[in-house]
Amino acid sequence: MMNSRSVEIWVGIFVTMGAAALFVLAMQVSNLNLTGEEDGYSIQASFENISGLKVRSPVTIGGVTIGRVTAIEYDTKAFEAVVTMEIQGHFNNLPEDSSASVYTAGLLGEKYIGIVPGGAEEPLVEGSKVMLTESSIVLEQLISQFIFSKGSGEGGGL
Amino acid sequence: MLNLEAVRTLSARAMASLGHSALNFFERLGRGHLLLLQILFGLPAALLRPNLIIAQIYAVGVLSLLIILVSGLFVGMVLGLQGYNTLVDFGAEESLGTVVALTLVRELGPVVAALLFAGRAGSALTAEIGLMKTTEQLSAMEMMAVDPVKRVLIPRFLAGFFSLPLLAAIFSAMGVMGGYFVGVGLLGVDEGAYWSQMQAKVVFNEDVANGIIKSIVFGFVAVWIAIFEGYDAPPTSEGVSRATTRTVVHTSLAVLGLDFILTALMFGG
Repeated sequence: MMNSRSVEIWVGIFVTMGAAALFVLAMQVSNLNLTGEEDGYSIQASFENISGLKVRSPVTIGGVTIGRVTAIEYDTKAFEAVVTMEIQGHFNNLPEDSSASVYTAGLLGEKYIGIVPGGAEEPLVEGSKVMLTESSIVLEQLISQFIFSKGSGEGGGL
Repeated sequence: MLNLEAVRTLSARAMASLGHSALNFFERLGRGHLLLLQILFGLPAALLRPNLIIAQIYAVGVLSLLIILVSGLFVGMVLGLQGYNTLVDFGAEESLGTVVALTLVRELGPVVAALLFAGRAGSALTAEIGLMKTTEQLSAMEMMAVDPVKRVLIPRFLAGFFSLPLLAAIFSAMGVMGGYFVGVGLLGVDEGAYWSQMQAKVVFNEDVANGIIKSIVFGFVAVWIAIFEGYDAPPTSEGVSRATTRTVVHTSLAVLGLDFILTALMFGG
């Protein structure tokens, strides 16, 4: 049996390694944001179709992630999907007339919201609503449109 | 006539042995829970003697460190290799980091660490306590008015309960490094993509936190089984050897079964 001092040192090393591993898992693997997202502000946008968009999907502007989708609801009066997104606090000068679109990363990638800045002086603030929106493209619709237009154009099948 | 009599005795004997083993099973289950209650009630008193716990953390945790480090590294390397070979067919090898990290953090880290822990530390705990009982050290303690549950079992229980989550975290972190060495170092996956895809897809509150909860549950179960088997072992060399085997088998089964239930609860909905 080793003396108790070196046992204590080894246990200390073990606990330090465990803590370091947890730290690696938190910071390097999952990119935990310790500062939190309380300093952000949330905006809303209504889309006709958001197929594939999920809570925590990224919100980007010019390809840079500036926030995340925090909630997706369905407005039963307007028959539109209402997406709430949390934008990081330091992006506080997005023009009020910016437009939001649902895009797909790559052919099979995941959906994200892309924001294109407008030209207004007034910025988007907590609770404001993005007016100009563009729905997600559904591949099946695109294909059926293509087949339909081909069919009617040439008066026959494919 | 003779046949009827034979059938009757045979079926009675079969029923008797079935009943005997069922009673045995429930008796052991009850004793296990009673021991757990004793341990839980004794916890505050045992916390006053941290030296005993530290010595046990050394025996249970530090001595398991090497096998955890090495197997974590190799499991991660294999994941990197296999994941790459599968993903490259779809042109998605950039997702290798996500695959490796999610597999390790959600499943393999807690489960494989618990299985290794059962083999490395659980069996040693059972054998040690069983031998203490066989050589009547536990009875001697009782004669000296030292409670063996508080002096022997609880420090070991706490040490195992504390060590396994740390070991599982070390296992996962080493695995991610192993996947990095193979994926980025050998196979040429882009380094930035490896980390950034991983960070984009792994969510701390869901994936990492659920993995930690799993390893805490597994640690509790593994160390409970190990201590109970040792404390309950028949005081013979055969009894101790059987108890040690049972520890490894039962812990492995319990960990794998619980893993399915926990996964269904955490990620199924």
